Amino acid sequence: MTSLSISHGHVAADMLPAREAPPIKRVPIVKMLFGDVMSAALTAGALVTVLALMPALKWGFVDATWATADPAACRAGGACWAFIGAKLRFILFGLYPPEEQWRPMMMMGLMVLMVLVSLSPALWGRKLVTAWLAGVAMMLGLMWGGFAGLPFVPTSQWGGLPVTLLLALLSLGCGFPFAVFLALGRRSSLPIPRFLSVGLIETIRGLPLVGLLFVASILLPLLLPPTWTIDKLGRTFAALTVFAAAYLAEVIRGGLQAIPSGQVEAAKALGIPHWKAIQHIVMPQAIQKVIPPLTNTAIVMVKNTSLVMIVGVFDMLSAGRSAAMDPVWPAPYREAYLFVGLIYFALCVAIAYYARWLELRVKAKDYR
Amino acid sequence: MLFALWDNRRIRDNALQFLLFAGFAGLLFWLWSNTAANLAARGIRVGFDYLSRQANFPISESVLPYDPSDTFGWAYVIGVTNTAVISFAAIIISTLVGLVIALVRLSNNPLASKMAALFVGIIRNMPLIVQLLFWYALATTLLPAPRLAFNPLPGFYLSLRGLYIPTISLGPQAGSFAGVCLAVLIAAVIMRRWVPKSAWSLGKWVLLGGLLVVAVVLLRPSASFPELKGFNFVGGLRLSPEFAALMLGLVLYTSVFISEVIRGGIEAVSRGQWEAGRALGLSERHVMFRIIIPQALRIIVPPMTSQYLSTVKNTTLALAVGYPELGLVVGTVINQTGQAIESISILLAAFLTISIAVSMFMNWYNAHVALVTR
Repeated sequence: MTSLSISHGHVAADMLPAREAPPIKRVPIVKMLFGDVMSAALTAGALVTVLALMPALKWGFVDATWATADPAACRAGGACWAFIGAKLRFILFGLYPPEEQWRPMMMMGLMVLMVLVSLSPALWGRKLVTAWLAGVAMMLGLMWGGFAGLPFVPTSQWGGLPVTLLLALLSLGCGFPFAVFLALGRRSSLPIPRFLSVGLIETIRGLPLVGLLFVASILLPLLLPPTWTIDKLGRTFAALTVFAAAYLAEVIRGGLQAIPSGQVEAAKALGIPHWKAIQHIVMPQAIQKVIPPLTNTAIVMVKNTSLVMIVGVFDMLSAGRSAAMDPVWPAPYREAYLFVGLIYFALCVAIAYYARWLELRVKAKDYR
Repeated sequence: MLFALWDNRRIRDNALQFLLFAGFAGLLFWLWSNTAANLAARGIRVGFDYLSRQANFPISESVLPYDPSDTFGWAYVIGVTNTAVISFAAIIISTLVGLVIALVRLSNNPLASKMAALFVGIIRNMPLIVQLLFWYALATTLLPAPRLAFNPLPGFYLSLRGLYIPTISLGPQAGSFAGVCLAVLIAAVIMRRWVPKSAWSLGKWVLLGGLLVVAVVLLRPSASFPELKGFNFVGGLRLSPEFAALMLGLVLYTSVFISEVIRGGIEAVSRGQWEAGRALGLSERHVMFRIIIPQALRIIVPPMTSQYLSTVKNTTLALAVGYPELGLVVGTVINQTGQAIESISILLAAFLTISIAVSMFMNWYNAHVALVTR
């Protein structure tokens, strides 16, 4: 270092030792909670809220009946969790024949397995899509039966959690290809595809899902030839798919807008045909950019499957409600809805955590 | 020859567009002809003349007067006004509650902030319909009979029959008085430019006090308190358990999403704005409400629009708890008349109109708060 200090008097001769980092200002917890009037008021408000929730906690935990074979024991006042235990099979599987319930259970196991395998982006590709097509065929085959000695179970007997999961998964999966075309159509420079896409997307997004479900369950049989009979579950599934397609299309459009036009121009300069450029250059980048909002749409769709109750499809929520209607038990509606809500909560939170992990991963690997 | 045509971009594009258009038109025609055949086969007559027939079904509560002897058309009007009232009230209350939740979450108080975060996490990850059913179950199983009604504040009674609150009824001049108030308000806003600031600070209170005195003298407001007579309450205003459950569920659900939008907007304003405000010696409250929130509004407005729109659409879930908004009225009318096509068209048209109206208003507001650049 001394060799630097020969001629110029104004240049520092020696390297200064590194100074210690400034100490992190630790605010004492008391000051955080009661530092000023506002903080004190917030703390007081929080404590009052906790106190106000005490009766609910007492109802849910202290006074609750956790396990009993005798429904009359539930009339003491607390929550009747024993009811959930007694009705679990019904809430989870609905009217599916009890001796065949291993099939929806296996179906859900297969679905969970496939979802777990698909979590890692390293495996995403054509093979995975093919695997999913085969997997969905197997899932539906398991549910329907009617081959290899499995008795046929019509969709009118399907119910509970498998219906909720299948509706969410299939409406998103089948809506996605439509969404890609709608998004491309909306971004098109040609007027007719653009008007058609904008019209479809905005109409569907302007309507409540309940309205679409009404259309599907009441009007669809009128719109199709009399020989085409689609059962109730199929019609609801159609409505959910259309709904998912419109919302997914808007998300994908956001991704398409974020791709600089230089990408298409570069492809054009290399002589790559327009559709090939879209398929191999624009779309992959656009979809990668919108993975966080796509998972958000997935959460919305999982929650939205609960609306099929309104048109009489026997999903998990309807099953929970019917279970609570059993006169043997003392009208445990609150417990039933809390339990069903908890399952939805677990599903949505799982997707949200996955989305956060994926986002961090994509950010870490973003070298484009 | 044909390949040469295919290579011409304009010809190819036009051919594709023509095919798409023809396909879409063909699909519509196919659906239309199916419908016509189905309707003919089932002997259903399509038309809106049933609107003027007598409805003959009750609607449990409505803002406008309704009687089963009214027409189907009027029943739809009742449904639309109920939907509008629910949407409007839910949007206003949720925005305020959402702002409070967002501010609590952003506060330095760790306890309150964590609790708010927990609340947001729980509410936003459960379907609204489950929450509505839960609140409704709570209202119908937990609340006592009218005789044992909760009486949290004087004049407020909460029981199985719903929530009874006192009302203030005004004299017959209420309408004209409101007009006068509006005129005075507009005049005051216009006059404000020429009035010195010191005079204004006192003058506005004088003005408000004067209006209040005039209101009391002129309108002689009389309060109506609910009272227990026999098995039920008389007087005051009744909010049914359906309404209460729907309102509570909608407001909690919507306000949580709104709080996330507001929080995102406030956090998107750069820290330098806070620091600059503090450096100028402004109080935290002033920095928040005069510097940060006006800038955050620009970021908040577009997502807020879609929140408001989904709130309007979410009111249709009232079907689950039996509050007679448009969806429930339409469902009942279909059951009564079988006029499914017309009824559902009315439902869809009403919601499309509301959606378009809300987004037009929010676009106008967005242009109003948008950053003006040269």
